[in-house]
Amino acid sequence: MARSNFAIKRQPGFATIAIFCFALLYLPIVTLVVYAFNEGNSVAIWQGFSLRWFRQAWNNQQVLEASIRSVQIASVAAVVATIAATMAALATTRTKPYRGLTFKYAFINQPLMIPEIVTAVALLIVFARIKVATGYSGLGYLIAAHTAFCIPFAYLPIRARLESMDLTLETAAADLYATPWKTFTRITLPLLWPGIIAGLMLAFVISLDDVVITEFVKSGGQDTLPTYMLGQLRRVVTPEMNAISTVFLLISILIVTLFFFISRRRT
Amino acid sequence: MTTAAEIAARAERDDIRKRWLLSTPALVIIFLAGIGPLLVVVLYSFLTPGPYGDVKWEFSTDAWVGVFLQRDIFDDTLGIADAHLSIFLRSVRLSFATTILTLLFGFPTAYFIATRPERTQALWLFVITIPFWTNLLIRTFAVQEVIRNEGILNTALIWLGVTSTPIQILYTDWAIGIGMVYVYLPLMVLPLYASMEKLDFRLVEAGYDLYATRFQVLRRIIIPLVKPGIIAGSILVFIPSLGAYVTPRVLGGGKQMMLGNLIELQFGAGRNWPLGAALALTLTVIVTVALLFYVRYAAHSEQRHG
Repeated sequence: MARSNFAIKRQPGFATIAIFCFALLYLPIVTLVVYAFNEGNSVAIWQGFSLRWFRQAWNNQQVLEASIRSVQIASVAAVVATIAATMAALATTRTKPYRGLTFKYAFINQPLMIPEIVTAVALLIVFARIKVATGYSGLGYLIAAHTAFCIPFAYLPIRARLESMDLTLETAAADLYATPWKTFTRITLPLLWPGIIAGLMLAFVISLDDVVITEFVKSGGQDTLPTYMLGQLRRVVTPEMNAISTVFLLISILIVTLFFFISRRRT
Repeated sequence: MTTAAEIAARAERDDIRKRWLLSTPALVIIFLAGIGPLLVVVLYSFLTPGPYGDVKWEFSTDAWVGVFLQRDIFDDTLGIADAHLSIFLRSVRLSFATTILTLLFGFPTAYFIATRPERTQALWLFVITIPFWTNLLIRTFAVQEVIRNEGILNTALIWLGVTSTPIQILYTDWAIGIGMVYVYLPLMVLPLYASMEKLDFRLVEAGYDLYATRFQVLRRIIIPLVKPGIIAGSILVFIPSLGAYVTPRVLGGGKQMMLGNLIELQFGAGRNWPLGAALALTLTVIVTVALLFYVRYAAHSEQRHG
């Protein structure tokens, strides 16, 4: 009779360790956010509540420029990557296996499989040559690099969405004499839209977060927010860094939350 | 006369051609800013370093020899490159430690999530993925603030009377280890959860019916069943750990280098691009071997379990 009360799923200590993990996972982040509001110069001694570091960050020209540059790069890279990924996803799903399909998978996922530092030095080598040869040293290199590593991230949710859609509606449209283009814009695209938006947001966040590749590819005066922060960490850190991080965290969490809700709204 | 079979064959050919056209933009972008440059790295690893960085166009295998060996300045004999070897060993050691620690912490955490009522599972998962999607640099910076001498960890230790002076954690191997465990823990939890979610608890119940203890059930039933998740999580943690650059740079303070930092050094102050290229390729080979091992394992276990 005791059997019915016997919790078969329980393992002693597991819940404690899990809660401990969750606490540890959030402790540093919470500390970081709390000290962003510190009145004093310290990131460890609490001296009262103040918004001065947010004001200082807002008035810091370098931070502002780096943030704008980050958003510019992420926007262009995410849009281009999502378009390319959508096309690639259409080309690699809902079909019988054909020659080259595995090759395409491997190719598209390549940026995920090579350590970031390796891609970073590879791009440094190639772009350094192109910079010398052409004299162009604008944001194009960063945008190209970001687009490439954003493609697999945009591709994943789009492909997942496509695989959950069957071809019956498209076939029906074709039976009713819709042109392939019309079938695509009126049937496939509206159904695929949540996947595309999810892919776009994922690509945007991934681009916004990138440190390593950006650090190696950027020319002088092309700091993005993460590389600016990486440079600042070498100096004495004031809560201004916490303030910047807090805003950055907030934006990421917002996008990720949206992503979660969009990708959960399955057919 | 065209037969129906010919028409069908032509339609299929057209379809495949269309599919190649559609995938062209993605393939071209990834080739130009991914695979192409990687091939250039292979080329560079066989050239001679230029005096101010970059390369001279002379064939040489010195870079590859230099990955593990170094030429003595006086008598030109080859010896083991101690500096490189110790960085290699540190990278492997720290990556292994990170993998094992994330497994020890991640396993109970994933199990905890997988055994919650279905409604709350998504919420717990969300809680674990949030830090994963926030900026790696910011998370590393957050760890730095906690473990620095005047940070809350040391403040707490002093307050508790464990130590009277702050313990130097920052800029040691410990700092890098703590940082990597913190940063990569979600990568372990997610695949573990994915395989635990499918766990058939009737088997667990059967174990208890046969008088197994909780530990026996864990060791003989649960762990073997979620082994694919354990392998996947370990690979997912081990690979980025081995190539880590930001975490050792911020928490190791440039003194405690890992492979990623050694590679960077060759392109900066070291001014030895071919050696940097050879080191980068060595890292790539290790990572690829780990991945292939995993792919083969995954294919094998799929075959077995259908």
